[in-house]
Amino acid sequence: MIISTLAFYLFAALTVASAFMVISSKNPVHSVLFLILAFFNSAALFVLLGAEFLAMILIVVYVGAVAVLFLFVVMMLDINFSELRQGFLQYLPIGALIGFILMIELLMVVGGWSLSPDALQLSSAPTVAMTEMNNTEQLGNLIYTQYVYLFQIAGMILLVAMIGAIVLTHRQRTGVKKQVIAEQVYRRPEDSMVVRKVEPGQGV
Amino acid sequence: MEIGLAHYLSVSAILLTLGIFGIFLNRKNVIVILMSVELMLLAVNINLVAFSSYLHDMVGQVFALFILTVAAGEAAIGLAILVVYFRNRGTIAVEDIHHMKG
Amino acid sequence: MMYVLIVFLPLLAFLTVGLTAGKLGDRGSQIVTSGAVSISAILSWVALYQVAFGHAPQTIELFTWIKSGGFDVSWSLRVDSLTAVMLVVVNTVSALVHIYSIGYMSHDEHKPRFMAYLSLFTFAMLMLVTSDNFLQMYFGWEGVGLASYLLIGFWYKKPTANAAAIKAFVVNRVGDFGFALGIMGIFMVFGSVSFDTVFAAVPSQVGNTFEFLGYELDIITTISLLLFLGAMGKSAQLGLHTWLPDAMEGPTPVSALIHAATMVTAGVFMVARCSPIFEYSPTALAVVAAVGASTALFAATVGLVQNDIKRVIAYSTCSQLGYMFFAIGVGAYPVAIFHLFTHAFFKALLFLGSGAVIHAVSDEQDMRKMGGLAKHIKITYAMMIIGTLALTGVPFFAGYFSKDAVIEAAYAAGTGVGQYAFWCGVGAAVLTAFYSWRLIFMTFHGAPRATKEVMSHVHESPFVMLFPLYVLAAGAIFAGYAFYEPMVGHHYKEFWGDAILILDRNTVMEGFHDVPAWVKYLPIAAGVLGLLVSFNMYIRRTDIPVQLAKTHSALYQFLLNKWYFDELYNFLFIQPAKWIGHQLWNIGDGKIIDGLGPNGVSARVVDLAKRASMLQSGYLYHYAFAMLIGVAAFVSFFFLSSGS
Repeated sequence: MIISTLAFYLFAALTVASAFMVISSKNPVHSVLFLILAFFNSAALFVLLGAEFLAMILIVVYVGAVAVLFLFVVMMLDINFSELRQGFLQYLPIGALIGFILMIELLMVVGGWSLSPDALQLSSAPTVAMTEMNNTEQLGNLIYTQYVYLFQIAGMILLVAMIGAIVLTHRQRTGVKKQVIAEQVYRRPEDSMVVRKVEPGQGV
Repeated sequence: MEIGLAHYLSVSAILLTLGIFGIFLNRKNVIVILMSVELMLLAVNINLVAFSSYLHDMVGQVFALFILTVAAGEAAIGLAILVVYFRNRGTIAVEDIHHMKG
Repeated sequence: MMYVLIVFLPLLAFLTVGLTAGKLGDRGSQIVTSGAVSISAILSWVALYQVAFGHAPQTIELFTWIKSGGFDVSWSLRVDSLTAVMLVVVNTVSALVHIYSIGYMSHDEHKPRFMAYLSLFTFAMLMLVTSDNFLQMYFGWEGVGLASYLLIGFWYKKPTANAAAIKAFVVNRVGDFGFALGIMGIFMVFGSVSFDTVFAAVPSQVGNTFEFLGYELDIITTISLLLFLGAMGKSAQLGLHTWLPDAMEGPTPVSALIHAATMVTAGVFMVARCSPIFEYSPTALAVVAAVGASTALFAATVGLVQNDIKRVIAYSTCSQLGYMFFAIGVGAYPVAIFHLFTHAFFKALLFLGSGAVIHAVSDEQDMRKMGGLAKHIKITYAMMIIGTLALTGVPFFAGYFSKDAVIEAAYAAGTGVGQYAFWCGVGAAVLTAFYSWRLIFMTFHGAPRATKEVMSHVHESPFVMLFPLYVLAAGAIFAGYAFYEPMVGHHYKEFWGDAILILDRNTVMEGFHDVPAWVKYLPIAAGVLGLLVSFNMYIRRTDIPVQLAKTHSALYQFLLNKWYFDELYNFLFIQPAKWIGHQLWNIGDGKIIDGLGPNGVSARVVDLAKRASMLQSGYLYHYAFAMLIGVAAFVSFFFLSSGS
């Protein structure tokens, strides 16, 4: 019991700390790395909550794909170490105040309520114990049956995102040599070869 | 102490707030904005999964999965736009991007 | 019927000429107006004979004007002796002035307008004197004020003429305000503004008071003083006299008609008409006498040193009006009206004569540039001499009878005010003689001071201008002798009838015949003294005036500048009024009302729009920040309102 508590606090603290560092570190590469750390720790939190599939997916997709993408772009764009520009501190007080208010309210809401006893009866897809079916199976049961349309649409979204990213960043490069297979295949000897009579001892 | 729903939700709230901070407090570059968006989505995910766990309802996790998908797609597009912007403008410093001024 | 004609013929003439806008042509408009007023004049003499000598006063009701609750006013013509005398004066002088103007204004381009205005004035004045109630009189009062403004400013392209016209109107207005208050007071106390009703009810209000701002004021005295305030304005008494000299900006016929014979005498007429009210307030009468006497002396002192020929005569008018008022003030109303009657003739004669002189010297009005004209314009010279003889009270001429009667009445009154008035009158008589003869000597005698050019053009006026002078001269000679017995003699009561009320305790009308001999001869002596001093200074030793002016330069300047009344009024009233107007205009209207209203609103809108546009900075994080603030606000709102 105590270990899970400690584990929670550890991972939670690390998540919050690394999230803070994401937004406040000077070096953008550091920011990305801290983001990755935040993802890892929240994956751990997910495991603590019993959603291990999701935790692994988080690492595979978020860390393995999205964060790496971030890193690529950061490296590619050749961003300088920018100093703290003027005016940052001007907004800090009011911004901090607003954000602080928001956070306090959220926490008050969170801390102040209690779940009604009927809530547990309302679940539309009740979980079953770990021993009967593991988390991945339960998830699969739902996704491929009830929410299959949404699943397909999610796939579409990803397809569109991929195409979109390519379209956006594609540019014509001049002077690039490419193979056009069809042309190669359709070449006829008459277009590329010329037979010339050559006398022995003389060159072409 | 028993770790209850409230704890997870507090974590989520703090992450959300930090993400919001990141959007308008940063002066360095636009990538931090995108990362802050990812943070906020992460916070939402934690929220959903926590509820799913405590209410014994799988729907939360399904939803979190889909959010994950969309977040990934959105990050990709966002970065693509950023790259193209950088190609055309040469800078992604936040203060230099005010072409919609008026 | 005759009376209706008398009053309305001039109105018809005005409308005919005025509304046809000169289509009748110059000659047509002159004939129409002069003809109409001349008929009125002849009828007025008939009326005088009928009403005053025939003892048959009448009241002719025309139609109802206002009928509102308890306020009942109708247009009525009241013709009694007082009215008849005034009708004669007004119509005669007006007719003669109309005829004179045919000649005097012959070079003017706007003759129809001038003739129309003269007829309008005549109508208004007739309305005033034939009124049967205070409201109608006020209508006529304002009408003559309007006509005076139009005529003084006749040459409206001259800025000084416009200024003078406005000055006349505004100063008159101050007096009119008092008059209006008096009428309102009369209505408040007596419940009616009709003369008959009010005059009958006056004895019942003697000694009563009403309360105003915590003070107990005697009703009759207050009303009398308010009415007198109106008379002061119209008749240019001391305090509200400043407009009369400047009114000389108008053409000379205007000065003769309005500012000598008729309009300025409206004040005297009004007070005489209200004798039933004034008789019951010894205080008011004392005030009237004091003001009149002071005016007489003041105007005479100023007239001593004026150089403009018309101004001298204007101050002379002012002074003679003062005489009339102090005659009223000591209770001798008939004497005042008698003096008004004779004064109309010789003052109009003097004005028209001076017009002829001005005409002769090519429109020069400064006496310092005249001189030596006697042998060139003999008839005009003779006429002016007759007028001056009448004015200075030489025996047998008209002024002797009336002016001496006034001075004797002042003595006979016996009161302190009467004595003051008496000595003022005598002093003014000396000065009057002095400046009148000064005018004659400077204008007609001595070496010519005008240029050769001007002197070569000196010519006698045409007959159309001389004929009125003859008629007026006849009046100046005979009017006094002819009308002395009926008007102020021992049978005056039969002449006046009920037109003028004189209480039994007021014995001045009988008493003034019995004054000591030295009182009777003193005015004559005063006249002779004035003549001799003037002769000495302007014929024998012409260097004396210049010397006197140098040695007593302060006094000279003081008199020349009319005792600095204009400067005083400018300082007391005009500058503060302008300042207040300026404040209200710039600050009140400009800054406050415009600033809060249209300009202010538009400026604020511009401000807000500028600030609002600053929100569109183009920076994404600004927009995100705004959204965050909105979210926080929403959350807080719901958070706090649902009270979780």
